[in-house]
Amino acid sequence: MKDESRLLKKVREALEKMGLFALFLGEVAKWTFRKPFRARLVTEQLETIGVMSVPIILLSSLSIGMIFSLQLGNFLSMFRAEILTGAAVAKTMSRELAPVVTTLMLIAKNGSAMTAELGTMRSTEQLDAMETMSVNPIQYLVVPRVIASVIVFPVLTGIANIVGVLGSYFITVMVRGVDAAGFLDQLYSYTRPRDISSGLIKAAVMGLLVSLICSFYGYHARGGSRGVGDAATRAVVTSSVGILIADYIMADIMIKVLFR
Amino acid sequence: MDAIVSVRNLTKSFGPVRVLQGLDMDFPRGKITSIIGQSGTGKSVLFKNIIGIMTPDEGSILVDGEDIAGLPEGEKRRVRRKFGYAFQDAALFDSMTVGENIAFPLREVLGMKDRKAMQRIVREKLEWIDLPGIEGKFPSELSGGMRKRVGVARTLAVEPDILLFDEPTTGLDPVLSESINALIRRVNEEFGITCIVISHDIIGTFHIAHRIGFLADGAIQAAGDPGEVARAEHPILRKFLQNSFTDLRLDCEDEEEE
Ligand SMILES: Nc1ncnc2c1ncn2[C@@H]1O[C@H](COP(=O)(O)OP(=O)(O)OP(=O)(O)O)[C@@H](O)[C@H]1O
Ligand SMILES: [Mg+2]
Repeated sequence: MKDESRLLKKVREALEKMGLFALFLGEVAKWTFRKPFRARLVTEQLETIGVMSVPIILLSSLSIGMIFSLQLGNFLSMFRAEILTGAAVAKTMSRELAPVVTTLMLIAKNGSAMTAELGTMRSTEQLDAMETMSVNPIQYLVVPRVIASVIVFPVLTGIANIVGVLGSYFITVMVRGVDAAGFLDQLYSYTRPRDISSGLIKAAVMGLLVSLICSFYGYHARGGSRGVGDAATRAVVTSSVGILIADYIMADIMIKVLFR
Repeated sequence: MDAIVSVRNLTKSFGPVRVLQGLDMDFPRGKITSIIGQSGTGKSVLFKNIIGIMTPDEGSILVDGEDIAGLPEGEKRRVRRKFGYAFQDAALFDSMTVGENIAFPLREVLGMKDRKAMQRIVREKLEWIDLPGIEGKFPSELSGGMRKRVGVARTLAVEPDILLFDEPTTGLDPVLSESINALIRRVNEEFGITCIVISHDIIGTFHIAHRIGFLADGAIQAAGDPGEVARAEHPILRKFLQNSFTDLRLDCEDEEEE
């Protein structure tokens, strides 16, 4: 009996949260197209979310390209097909690994910070202060972050693609001694523009999701620094799981539509 | 009485929690009015309803005779420009410098573009609160008292008709409290701004307020000039005043010793 009521409470809370999120989405959509458009704030966010994240994206995609080539090279060598390593890396990187890894890195680096920043502003009444000055906090704070994320995620994913392949080139050609011309030949003949564009589209959708989820948790944070910490944790977990689910759905659709 | 803000039958609940239950209060134009009452009685909720960032469940809020409770958001924003709101913990934007904080309402509310003019106003306001030259500091580098002053300067930047102070002296030592009270007096006397003050600082309130309202159980239980409120027969109010004036007596004894 008691468990049942607790379960009911959980369900009700979850439904309430979803309702709140739907309202939040509506507000963000509404304020994105209202004047004034503050380009300066978008630029600022492009810098914090984008430019400042380049090193970590370089590092992570380079490692993944290298590790993947090491393992795959080992396997392909059984069939004397090491020459295909670059093509395989490029294809998986551009379709899946680059968008997903980039997004996970950006959640860790920027998503939690986004929640914490907005949450702190909520709990110290800075959001209320903004409202008393007739500035809508969603328009001033959330919209720039969302716009910047939708731009930044694909750009960094593109960078990750290139760096990943460079890592693969380093391991396969320079360390394992596979023929460079052959490596590049296979790379070019197997990687399609579609592979790349599908990954970039995914990244843009993930940028949208992550920035919305993380700012939502911050915007509705309650209860001091503890509440802000909790909100940040939830935001990271929810957006990480969320993007993986979204990735599966998008992969399924894209395989049916783009890669038939 | 010429009331600039009149609250009528204001009712506000959060789920099962009934915070305000039919609150009536008038705030005379050009005067300082204080709201006193225990923690959690809904003083801040009253303020948020007055300025229109919270919507009443019932009742009306007349600002210059215009009921803002039912207005659409755009209209509310127009009325809101008459107000400044000094928050309990100043609520300065901590990602901006002091100068940027004060310039924020100039840029966003008044739509000013001229950097020089904004810098001039910022400098003026900082001088007025006796904190010249701190434009470049971040809020985290300031003491609590300084932050509150800067918060006041930020609200003054757009020259409001009505200034709401949410617990301006809470958490400050007696000397700082007094300086903030003096600041409120100056705001009122020099600019003729109507001040509405929430306070736990009973003694300070009796010093600066022209009118006092005592909030308990979701309604104003006693209202009037300081003398009237001091004489009012309300058990919680009596207790409230007794405690504070015992402190006052101790304060006086301290002063005599010095
Ligand atoms: N946004 C809100 N959502 C739910 N409950 C709220 C909200 N704002 C205030 N409350 C509740 O309303 C009651 C009154 O809060 P309020 O902040 O107005 O008290 P207060 O009189 O200002 O107290 P204090 O002197 O401590 O600042 C509290 O019980 C509080 O929990
Ligand atoms: Mg309060």
